[in-house]
Amino acid sequence: MTALELAQQLRAKFPGLISEPVEFREEITLKVSDAERIPEVCAVAKKELGFDYLVDITSVDNYGDDPRFTIIYHLYGYSHLCWLRLKAEVSEEKGEMPTVTGVWRTADWHEREIYDMMGIRFRGHPDLRRILMWEGYPYFPLRKDFPLAGKASDVPEVAFTNAAPLEGGPFVTIAGGKDTVAREPRVRIPDTETVETNARLERRQDIKEAHGHSHGPGPIEKKK
Amino acid sequence: MAEVRHIEFKETAARLAEAAPPPVSSPSGQGTDELKGEKMVLNVGPSHPATHGVLRIVLELDGEIITGARPEVGYLHRGDEKIAENFTYTQFVPYTDRLDYLAPLANNVAYALAVEKLLGIDRHLTPRCQFIRVICCELARISSHLLGVGCYAMDCGAMTVFLHTFTEREKIYNLCESLTGARFTTAYTRIGGLSRDLPPGWVEQCRQFLNEVVVNIDETETFLTRNRIFVDRTQGVGVIPKDVAIDYGLTGPNLRGSGVEHDLRKAHPYLVYDQLKFEVPVGTTGDCYDRYLVRMEEMRQSVRLVHQCLDQLPGGPINVPDGKIVLPPKDRVLTRMEELIHHFINVTQGVNAPPGEIYFGHENPKGELGFYINSKGGGTPHRLKIRSPSFVNLSILSWLLPGHMLSDLVAVLGSFDFVMGECDR
Repeated sequence: MTALELAQQLRAKFPGLISEPVEFREEITLKVSDAERIPEVCAVAKKELGFDYLVDITSVDNYGDDPRFTIIYHLYGYSHLCWLRLKAEVSEEKGEMPTVTGVWRTADWHEREIYDMMGIRFRGHPDLRRILMWEGYPYFPLRKDFPLAGKASDVPEVAFTNAAPLEGGPFVTIAGGKDTVAREPRVRIPDTETVETNARLERRQDIKEAHGHSHGPGPIEKKK
Repeated sequence: MAEVRHIEFKETAARLAEAAPPPVSSPSGQGTDELKGEKMVLNVGPSHPATHGVLRIVLELDGEIITGARPEVGYLHRGDEKIAENFTYTQFVPYTDRLDYLAPLANNVAYALAVEKLLGIDRHLTPRCQFIRVICCELARISSHLLGVGCYAMDCGAMTVFLHTFTEREKIYNLCESLTGARFTTAYTRIGGLSRDLPPGWVEQCRQFLNEVVVNIDETETFLTRNRIFVDRTQGVGVIPKDVAIDYGLTGPNLRGSGVEHDLRKAHPYLVYDQLKFEVPVGTTGDCYDRYLVRMEEMRQSVRLVHQCLDQLPGGPINVPDGKIVLPPKDRVLTRMEELIHHFINVTQGVNAPPGEIYFGHENPKGELGFYINSKGGGTPHRLKIRSPSFVNLSILSWLLPGHMLSDLVAVLGSFDFVMGECDR
């Protein structure tokens, strides 16, 4: 049985809920129009169509679009050796969908990771805590509006109070800038048109204030 | 799929009841509360020799018996997925070295194949490139399992094995060094090919190593496989039945130890695995000892695979002949216009990937390393998700550990052979 046949069978069980299968690079993707019914669809996929292994759950932030988040489930069956991808969308205002931990126990940590990184809550999850970041961390770092260099926080005990603990974060390549600073900025802020190099400029400013010169300890005074 | 024996193993609650029977009510009429031992909370890690990195487990103990376990991960989180969104596809290759840092070559190959699948060129790589990549993957597997088995034996009290396997691993690092220029941080693959061809004399060195490592594997077996102490500590400990292993998404040797005959190299052959002969070992009881046996046999199969690759190694180029994907040769960049443009665009903007999404699962030494790439077109991914085997494998601990003795903790952890660099990403 091929993945496409299985996808059609799943689609036939939920008329009107699941979109036409999309094929790209021999992979089948189905879109479930109502995220609230994901556990139901997954339970049927597991029990009746043999998708007994949940490979992965992940999330995508479509910043600027509505609904903002897409949750992606990768299913696999050991009896038929086929993959299937299910997608559901969650809006930013709602930010919540039901858990599938009742279908596969491996969903537990995947859903915790999505909550940690994207801030989507899974209703009915037995233990929805942060997993990679620490308890009390105020942001969701994989969202597109979270800058690569990090964000300052007013909670000094639980997070860095300055952005970019590595003095500006890694380089980002953007072709076409007028000089090297614009072409290889250290911080890219998605909201603004102009590319800023906050951390590096701030640091240069600090040095300038301390020494009166941005490079080295300052001009050498001539001996009298 | 081959026939497998179903393994009987009780659920957590039943095991706990069996391991620690409730105290009988005292005849003097006193309440049972006084006789009940107090539960103790023990914090293992994040830095502990048996946790192989920075894994922290909060244990709840009733005497010597574990009644609850809560693994805490994330101490090595570096935000690799966020970094990937801001880099071109080629720029991210060095970051894959730091996932499973005990098998960097295998990670490089997995990532390159994922991007190539997105570009639609994964079936059109040059034959030489495919064979060299298989050699890389299998050397990485031998290296990773040598370390896994060595550390496991050390956790169970056998120091010799660790030193014995490490001597052999050192030779793999020497091979890596002459192949890639680095011992650990290899960054060997490029999108559409490899960073460099095999150096002169490398094939002979590799053959010599293979002949030596087989002896080493046999000696390691004589140290452990019939060693009474090792067998007593691992047999019947940490049993994972087949259905639970699948339910928790275990992959790699941990899944095959539980009797599921599934290997992505066999089930969905990539590169040239369909042209090579090898067996997939599976366990029968799903305990720590079976997972150890599976790793030992996988090393032998890897040696067999590398031998076949060296025998059949074809000549020819290592990169796909497309200047829009692979950097053109430097002498042509300096003398010809078209190649100069390709070079410039490739370096500044990266390969131009089509919009779409793909998932590629690769049989890494630790299990299924998967990359999900969501592209909106252009040189950087919109979202890159790393499905790391260690992260998923560790999630079973809260189910598996309760009911075991505290001293079994190191035996169970060692048998999983996890790497926190990959778990926390």
